[in-house]
Amino acid sequence: MAEKENNQSTGTMRGPGRGPGRGRVMGQRPKLEHPWKLFGRVLGYVMKRYKLHFIVVLCCIVVSVLANLRGTLFTRTLIDSYIMPLLKSSDPDFGPLAAAIGRVAIFYAVGVLASFIQNLIMVYVTQGTMRDLRTDLFTHMESLPISYFDMHQHGDIMSVYTNDVDTLRQMVSQSITQVFNACITVVSTLSAMIMLSWPLTLLSLFMVGVTMFATSKAAGASGKYFVAQQQHLGKVNGFVEEMMKGLKVVKVFSHEEINQNTFDALNEDLYESADKAIRYSNALGPLNAQIGNVSYVLCAIMGGALALKGFGGFTLGGLAAYLTLNRSFAMPINQISTQLNSIVMALAGADRIFKLLDEKSESDNGYVTLVNAKIDTDGTVTESAQKTGQWAWKHTHQADGTTDYRALTGKIVMDHVDFGYVPEKEVLHDITLFAEPGQKIAFVGSTGAGKTTITNLINRFYDIDDGKIRYDDINVNKIRKSDLRRSLGMVLQDTHLFTGTVMDNIRYGKLDATDEEVIEAAKLAGADGFIRQLKDGYQTKLSGDGGNLSQGQRQLLSIARAAIADPPALILDEATSSIDTRTERIVSEGMDALMKGRTTFVIAHRLSTVRNADCIMVLENGRIIERGTHDDLIAQKGKYYQLYTGNQITA
Amino acid sequence: MSRKGAGNKYYTTVVANIREYRLPTILTPTFMIGEVIMEMVIPLLMASIIDDGVNKGDMNHILQVGGLMFIAAAAGLLFGLGGAYCGARASTGLAKNLRRAEFEHIQRFSFANIDHFGVSSLITRMTTDVANIQNSFQMVLRIGFRAPASLLIAMVMAFFISPRLTSIYLIAVVVLAIFLGFMMRRAAKYFREVFSRYDDLNESVQENITGIRVVKSFVREEYENDKFKKAVGTLYRSFIRAEKLVVTNMPVMMGSVYACILLLSWFGAKMITAGDLTTGGLMSLLAYCMTILMNLMMVSVLIVMFTMSEASITRIAEVLDEEITLTNPSQPDMVVPDGSIRFEHVSFSYNDTAEKPVLDDIDLEIASGETIGIIGGTGSSKSSLVNLIPRLYDATKGSVQVGGKDVKTYDLDTLRKEVAVVLQKNVLFSGTVLENLRWGNPDATEQECIAACRLACADEFIQNLPEGYQTHIEQGGTNVSGGQRQRLCIARALLKNPKVLILDDSTSAVDTATDAKIREAFREKIPDTTKLIIAQRISSVEHADRIIVMEEGRINGVGTHEELLASNEIYRDVYESQIKGSGDFDKQGR
Repeated sequence: MAEKENNQSTGTMRGPGRGPGRGRVMGQRPKLEHPWKLFGRVLGYVMKRYKLHFIVVLCCIVVSVLANLRGTLFTRTLIDSYIMPLLKSSDPDFGPLAAAIGRVAIFYAVGVLASFIQNLIMVYVTQGTMRDLRTDLFTHMESLPISYFDMHQHGDIMSVYTNDVDTLRQMVSQSITQVFNACITVVSTLSAMIMLSWPLTLLSLFMVGVTMFATSKAAGASGKYFVAQQQHLGKVNGFVEEMMKGLKVVKVFSHEEINQNTFDALNEDLYESADKAIRYSNALGPLNAQIGNVSYVLCAIMGGALALKGFGGFTLGGLAAYLTLNRSFAMPINQISTQLNSIVMALAGADRIFKLLDEKSESDNGYVTLVNAKIDTDGTVTESAQKTGQWAWKHTHQADGTTDYRALTGKIVMDHVDFGYVPEKEVLHDITLFAEPGQKIAFVGSTGAGKTTITNLINRFYDIDDGKIRYDDINVNKIRKSDLRRSLGMVLQDTHLFTGTVMDNIRYGKLDATDEEVIEAAKLAGADGFIRQLKDGYQTKLSGDGGNLSQGQRQLLSIARAAIADPPALILDEATSSIDTRTERIVSEGMDALMKGRTTFVIAHRLSTVRNADCIMVLENGRIIERGTHDDLIAQKGKYYQLYTGNQITA
Repeated sequence: MSRKGAGNKYYTTVVANIREYRLPTILTPTFMIGEVIMEMVIPLLMASIIDDGVNKGDMNHILQVGGLMFIAAAAGLLFGLGGAYCGARASTGLAKNLRRAEFEHIQRFSFANIDHFGVSSLITRMTTDVANIQNSFQMVLRIGFRAPASLLIAMVMAFFISPRLTSIYLIAVVVLAIFLGFMMRRAAKYFREVFSRYDDLNESVQENITGIRVVKSFVREEYENDKFKKAVGTLYRSFIRAEKLVVTNMPVMMGSVYACILLLSWFGAKMITAGDLTTGGLMSLLAYCMTILMNLMMVSVLIVMFTMSEASITRIAEVLDEEITLTNPSQPDMVVPDGSIRFEHVSFSYNDTAEKPVLDDIDLEIASGETIGIIGGTGSSKSSLVNLIPRLYDATKGSVQVGGKDVKTYDLDTLRKEVAVVLQKNVLFSGTVLENLRWGNPDATEQECIAACRLACADEFIQNLPEGYQTHIEQGGTNVSGGQRQRLCIARALLKNPKVLILDDSTSAVDTATDAKIREAFREKIPDTTKLIIAQRISSVEHADRIIVMEEGRINGVGTHEELLASNEIYRDVYESQIKGSGDFDKQGR
């Protein structure tokens, strides 16, 4: 019946993957290389945990289809074996009929129960699979190297979680069982139909062919326009996004009218293609329904004639049953053919999901770990189960299995390091530097000189191509990544805060910190003042990456977050760039307190921030071209001197 | 149904946008009902074939009625295709009109209106929400009429065949309707909960993608995983609760159908034996059974869908009904005589409820051609001050004047052409460099554009781009550096050839030397233009004719560099903090 067409539109409405810029929507039929392999993999993923569930579901499908069929065939029995004889008998006895109806009622009840169990189990299977899939995706994503996030658009990664998982949900919950259901229904119904009358079956088969031909034509046309619609929709959404983001600029330049004209043209294109795409896909319903009706009519006429002639024992009751069977035969075939598009869409989504799951995790062969330590006056280091405030590297030698401990001091050495994000293009050349424990090392240089890149190598966001980086004389490759990073605090220019309270966000640096510790850290970072002025103080909820705070305030919070972590070494990448100079002076005391006794790497473009560094590295095009203290470099009269005095001239 | 009253206004706003698509909007349900009638006729004719054809052995009758059935099917197809055609047109047409109306109205938004909604919300309202409405509008037009019509007509037909047996349906329909109504209400509530949890979940994924460096540097992968697992678990449970409700629909539905069939068989058989019903009649009744109950189910699904799209309707109507807070005067002044500026006891708040005004009793006079530096900490309302001059916002109290007349008397376009402001959050648009520059003046020749770029020290780097002035700029200007973007934005503003030029922290990413060069060029090439420069760096403002020091929405001091150094504590403070090693190394701008 025509109602079937709505399944698809219901699906798109319900999809909670809201938000603009979803590039891939229904209709676009992507090319897949191995659709069956993908289908198998999806099935395998579901089966992994729900094999038993699935077998039960399959049994339920068989039971409900057969029970339903038995019910349909009852129409024949009802007419031929009960009504007709009853009509002829002068003293009708309804007893046998009642018994027959009772028997059928049992069949029906079993069928309903089976389909209920099937649906109920599928809810658990689908949602359980989605839960596992989301968790797998997320945990795997967290394990991926930073370079993965560099190379993929964040919107695309996000779309895997929203659009792709959602289309797959529909496939798991509907398509898989539907395919099984259809197969069983078609086979069983076809046998019943042949049993009733083979000439009529031929006619039905012919009509199914006609339906499939007509719908595939319409679906083809629709698909073509859907692709166009998607392109136009992309353009319209892109334009809207761009112009909404730049709306204030648009207004400042009084550009409204020109924009309107451009928009109207794009909007018209979208309308034209959407109109056609939807028109053809709408046509699928009536085509299916009415060709089905024609089939019904033809069968009625031919069946009527056959029953009249009594051909091959064909009866009136047989005709009645056949006509119902004819419907239930065509229905699954139509369903599958109209849903083919969404199955392919879901598989394309599955493809992207598995691609993400197949990405290689960050490798970590480190075996040196960070432990709480007790350091005696004579310098011997022993491991301690309690927090001591002192740390040591636990080095288990691979050759003989012996363990030794080395106190963590924060000495960092880079020895002839080369690095490139891609093998073809080296961005850092021959970097050598020494940071003694507690020293402050500053990097200066223009954008793209490689300052941030260097700091990202120390905590192994990226792995170097050549040379060595040593932390307390241990090659960082030998240190377990998580321990290495725990020993390095980082404050980045792009602060990232998380949904939650201010308190939660600072506590991110040390999960078991008490409220007092959090406030202490905020005071150190100079953030306490503004936090207290917020509506709910430390309990103020931050949303959408701390959007309700100014950039400067967010930087103060991220400094507090690093402060509470209390790491032996610090990396400050433009940590105070958005804090105005006056506030910075207030913060600077806190910063100095924070940096005291810690090895610190500082990237900054304000001279005031770098001036008191123990060593300043001037970077240009991925090389260190000058190094020394502020006074050394001024005396050298090189690039640093130029930059510094250049400012003095204009100042 | 209590929300109906409040929502009515929103429906009217949205429905009013059907406009030229009224005809398809009316035709769609008409066709759908036509299709339904044809479909309903078929089982009726079927009964005739059996009773008068097969049972009486009349082959002719079978062929005749068969022919009629054929015609009915063909007519049904025509109606169906008509409905498909008109439904597509009406719904996509409405979507088109809605998008257009929204875009048009948003273009007229004042800054205050824009702030009210927020950019990302406006984008959703123009994209996803419109798509939702398009979907549900079509559903309502096609299925919304089709399903109740099928239900009704099938009932009527059944009534004609046997009023007594139809009562079986009636009972079934009432029982099912109560059950479905109860079910759907609960389900809709649960699903809303599911969606909001789902949104939260997605937000946390988003945070983890953008903040991955923070996660990794604090080694919080496990922590995030646990948090995520917990959230996914909650989502799972709410989903199960909602879906479990939905799956009970199907067995109840099928159970009712089967019960009807069995009851019909029993009573039908009795009636046939008694001669009150024909065999064909029973068969037709059996055929209607499915139709009636299926369509009842359809109606209930439809209601749920419709309540879900209600949110989209409201959100779009809110945009369309938003009152524009800043409009052109009825008889606007089209000429701005000069670049003098005057603030007369101006106070300003972004909203009426704020306790403390953002600007408090500002009194200020600036002569045409003067260069004014503005300095002050974050949150001292520097931007708010200058935003009043091109009337991006209206002053809450007092009067802002340009060229001796209140800004509210000018034509907005004229005022904004003469008062060029380079916003702090400046944006470039996708297109070539030249196209971006011509935002300032659509008729500017290439020579004029190059001249403006020279003034803004942008010419040099543009010439070094792979395709010079024809280089394509990505959306948001992501393929040029921050300093380059700022200089392009200055050049774009210069092309307006304005009487007042406002730079709102527009050279923060430009290195100090280039910054000085730009100021030098301004002094020489556009001496008559009034220049207001907001900056963090003292070096950017110290050569200005006068410098304004802002503090918490008030003017703390006005004067030359020397005067302020001598008299103003804040200014001296900032100066000293910077002179210890002033300015920047970074962002050479290349």
